Amino acid sequence: MRTRPTHTALATALALTIAATGCTTPGPAGVDDDTVTVGMLHSLSGTMAISEVTVRDAVQLAIDEINADGGVLGRQIEPVIEDGASDEATFAERAQKLLTSDNAATVFGTWTSASRKAVLPVFERNNGLLWYPVQYEGLEASDNIVYTGATTNQQIIPALDHLREQGHTSLYLVGSDYVFPRTANQIITAYAQAHDMDIVAEEYTPMGHTEYSTITNDIARHEPDAVFNTLNGDSNVSFFQQLRSAGVQADHTPVLSVSVAEEEIDGIGADNITGHLTAWNYYQSTETEPNSRFVQAFTDTYGPDRVTSDPMQSAYNSVHLWKAAVEEADSFDVDDVRAALDGITIDAPEGTISIDGPTQHLVKTSRVGQVNDDGLIDQIWSSPEPITPDPYLESYDWATDLHS
Amino acid sequence: MTHTHPTLTRWRGPITFITLLAAALLLLPLLLEPFRLNLLAQYLCYSIVALGIALAWGRGGMLTLGHGVYFGLGAYAMAMHLTLERAAHDPLNTTGLPQFMQVTGATELPLLWQPFTSATFAITTAVLAPAALATLLGWSVFRQRVKGAYFAILNQALAAAFVLLLIGQQHLTGGTNGLTDFPTFAGHDLYTPTAQTTLYTLTVLTLATLYLAFRHLTRSRYGKLLTAIRDAEDRVRYLGHDPTWPKTLAYALSATAAGIAGALFVPIMGIISPTLIGVIPSIMMVLAVAIGGRYSLAGAATGALLINAAQTTFAETFSGTWTYLQGALFVIVIALAPQGLAGLTTTLKNHLTPTPPETTTHPQPHKAHT
Amino acid sequence: MEALLTQLPTGLAIGSVLLLAALGLNFTFGQMGVINMAHGEFIMVGAYTAFVLHAWIGLDPATTLLLALPLAFAITGTLGWLLELGLIRHFYGRPLDTLLLTFGIGMILQQAARDLFGAPNVDVPTPTWLTGGITLFDTVRIHHSRLFILALALTAVAALAYYLHRSRPGRQMRAVIHNRDLAATTGINTRKIDATTFFIGSGLAGLAGVALTLIGPTGPTLGTNYIVDAFLVVVIGGLGQLRGTVIAAFALGLLNATVEAWADASLAKLIVFAAIIAFLQARPQGLFTVKTRSLT
Repeated sequence: MRTRPTHTALATALALTIAATGCTTPGPAGVDDDTVTVGMLHSLSGTMAISEVTVRDAVQLAIDEINADGGVLGRQIEPVIEDGASDEATFAERAQKLLTSDNAATVFGTWTSASRKAVLPVFERNNGLLWYPVQYEGLEASDNIVYTGATTNQQIIPALDHLREQGHTSLYLVGSDYVFPRTANQIITAYAQAHDMDIVAEEYTPMGHTEYSTITNDIARHEPDAVFNTLNGDSNVSFFQQLRSAGVQADHTPVLSVSVAEEEIDGIGADNITGHLTAWNYYQSTETEPNSRFVQAFTDTYGPDRVTSDPMQSAYNSVHLWKAAVEEADSFDVDDVRAALDGITIDAPEGTISIDGPTQHLVKTSRVGQVNDDGLIDQIWSSPEPITPDPYLESYDWATDLHS
Repeated sequence: MTHTHPTLTRWRGPITFITLLAAALLLLPLLLEPFRLNLLAQYLCYSIVALGIALAWGRGGMLTLGHGVYFGLGAYAMAMHLTLERAAHDPLNTTGLPQFMQVTGATELPLLWQPFTSATFAITTAVLAPAALATLLGWSVFRQRVKGAYFAILNQALAAAFVLLLIGQQHLTGGTNGLTDFPTFAGHDLYTPTAQTTLYTLTVLTLATLYLAFRHLTRSRYGKLLTAIRDAEDRVRYLGHDPTWPKTLAYALSATAAGIAGALFVPIMGIISPTLIGVIPSIMMVLAVAIGGRYSLAGAATGALLINAAQTTFAETFSGTWTYLQGALFVIVIALAPQGLAGLTTTLKNHLTPTPPETTTHPQPHKAHT
Repeated sequence: MEALLTQLPTGLAIGSVLLLAALGLNFTFGQMGVINMAHGEFIMVGAYTAFVLHAWIGLDPATTLLLALPLAFAITGTLGWLLELGLIRHFYGRPLDTLLLTFGIGMILQQAARDLFGAPNVDVPTPTWLTGGITLFDTVRIHHSRLFILALALTAVAALAYYLHRSRPGRQMRAVIHNRDLAATTGINTRKIDATTFFIGSGLAGLAGVALTLIGPTGPTLGTNYIVDAFLVVVIGGLGQLRGTVIAAFALGLLNATVEAWADASLAKLIVFAAIIAFLQARPQGLFTVKTRSLT
């Protein structure tokens, strides 16, 4: 008796599931006379939600601004918000829904390389257009993605240039074990060989690792000129806390991080990271007129405690860039918009940026900043002029082995 | 027990289930748009995993918190083949190497990848690799009488280690990005409506076949022995049976089901990555079985379908609430209805009638360790 | 050999964290055969106790730390006691069910933390007298925070050992471990013992949580970072054995640190996992087992 299943209950459950799966509200047309549908695809739950929710807020802010200003080609933007749930399969599935069921004219979203790689075939198959807002490892240029964050020659290489100018010639590399740090460190190693710099060590730890005694003590022992840090997320908290305990001082051995932005600093503890360096294209403190407006609008909308960061700003720019491209093309059609991308220029919080048509990356300025006591980042260096994107590093002689 | 039932009653359950499946198979491709059909096929893959877990856990008492590993082995085997097919047919790809390997600087195909150019090899591996690993692990730990919570934790550690391995061996596995972008299989476009319907049908057929096979198995002499081991392993030993091989067999079969599900999942979903198979996804697979009913194969399969559908439907709108709900479901089902959905009426009846609760499942209520 | 020597303090440091995280777990597991998957979330609750004292009540870092230790012990202890009273009590003899049950509780606690404190990590500052370190023989660096954790772990072990071997309730507890039914017939109130055990075991998680704020992130998923490793310590150490847990924690810590000296941290973890499976081949019930004197 005990193990006999109640098949009526199961049958009901099955029917309910099928009904739930099958109840398809007819998707919006994508574009009609009054509205245009766009997709927003971020992790609103799971481990990546911490970061991606801030980006979603920035996209939403840009959409609200544009709508208040009369919309795009006279149409109000209607976002469809989907949760990627920090899981690549969900990202791919939701992207498919946005493009085929919702007929989204374009999609803003994804953060990790893994989620971008997961949705890429979906966008290529359905000829969609994705705006990707985060700095990444380069070596990619899909016709169906516009990359509004930095590629390696707009973040890592300028940061190395800066370190070299400062006379730092021995580097200690530490990173989380995934694609971005591994690729970044390949580039750094090639750069170091070409410029007579010394790589003291190259260490990787699993994602979410919290035990950094071995590495921090090793850094204290080797006394490198600088540490190049590509750790991701929570690991930075442990790393900087333990680095401080190991007696490594920012003025003696600065750590240059490429994945630590304003919003992570509070969790790390400002006193643990004060004086260390970061490399981005934008800081909350960047002094431009559009930035004071952006920061003002953002804190007005989401509260005075909120900070703005590089990926948020790139996501915010994405919407404005898309609007400009649509107006240039006078069409929402993906092929028309793509054809209009080259040379689209706006005055963004980070300064003037424009789209490089062949790579669909942005021409943008690189900046190195230093964390101050208030947990914000002060710019201490910037590239003399905006840098043309080179995702495959084809213009660098020393990088030939990397893109063969 | 069930053997007292007349044959007709005994088969009523499976017949209902199979009829429903057949109806689903025939009707749904006509009713659903391709996107929804694809989702359903994806859930059914998890139903296949659930069948296996119900066999190992419900029948054999082996709580496996690491089935993501076996699902992953099957999925990666298939994905490796599809990746190679993609590389071979991509006109822009001059090296014939998978795209991620060009990033990591490989110049020739690694030895591990070479046999996967053959579809037959990939599919065989998807089935046999999980079986082999489970046999090895099962045999070595069951032989030492490691069971219960120890076994569960070992499984969990295995899942954690497997994910680390996949991420660490980025040049072989694609790291955290996993493997993705599979437009074709054996030259056929995987994203035409016909292909999607075919994949869906294949999944339903696999589910039905495995359901009947496992059901037959649990009713056999072997199934009775397995249940006896679950309820009183030491008594079975006293009776002269060595429980090692019966347990290993159930565990290996269960791993095989997960491997097959993984191999089906990849062409349906178009991606496999470490986040889909780690510690938490593995526990979620068990959660689905607990909710559907661990003692019932049909219940477990339905539970997986239900939980995954609910995940898609609710998670996006109320993601926080959904987590509470999931946690609460876990607690309520385990606490009040350990037989899950499938045993709901029996559980209710037990609560309403004064008969003492069933004790045969747990003969040693105060066993200090397991 | 020199590498081994320099890694010795690191190994002890890792070991003391593992010990602190696993101590409470081993206590409840050993005593009652209950695998508490919510233990990681209890650790998280302990860490947030320190955060609340600092950020909401406004205490300075040193007072926060010293006050948070007893307070977190009391709070997570009470949580554990309630859990035992409300749920676990009804599931003795069903260890696998309690495992899943407490996992559900863990999910709920984690989400509650997210709603209360937000998903991002929060800052719990370290008192200044714990931020530095001392250098021995030029190459060996010992962090003050690690010494503090080591001292805390050893104090907890000593207190537990005293309690179990010298105090009356502690001896009753051991009697229950050895043979629950026999203990009950001699008039020991096993229910009360169970509740006490769960209070202490969960309270230890709170202590661990406060200590972990010194060396790592404080966020809703804090507990999950440590729980798999803590379980492994329990499995290796054996059932209900204080010395087993202590030895297993330091052995794992040292193994991790030595492997890390020549391989990277990812590989080190893998090798440690492999070593554990191999170890269980030789000692399936862990390092030490209690002769339970009951027929199993």
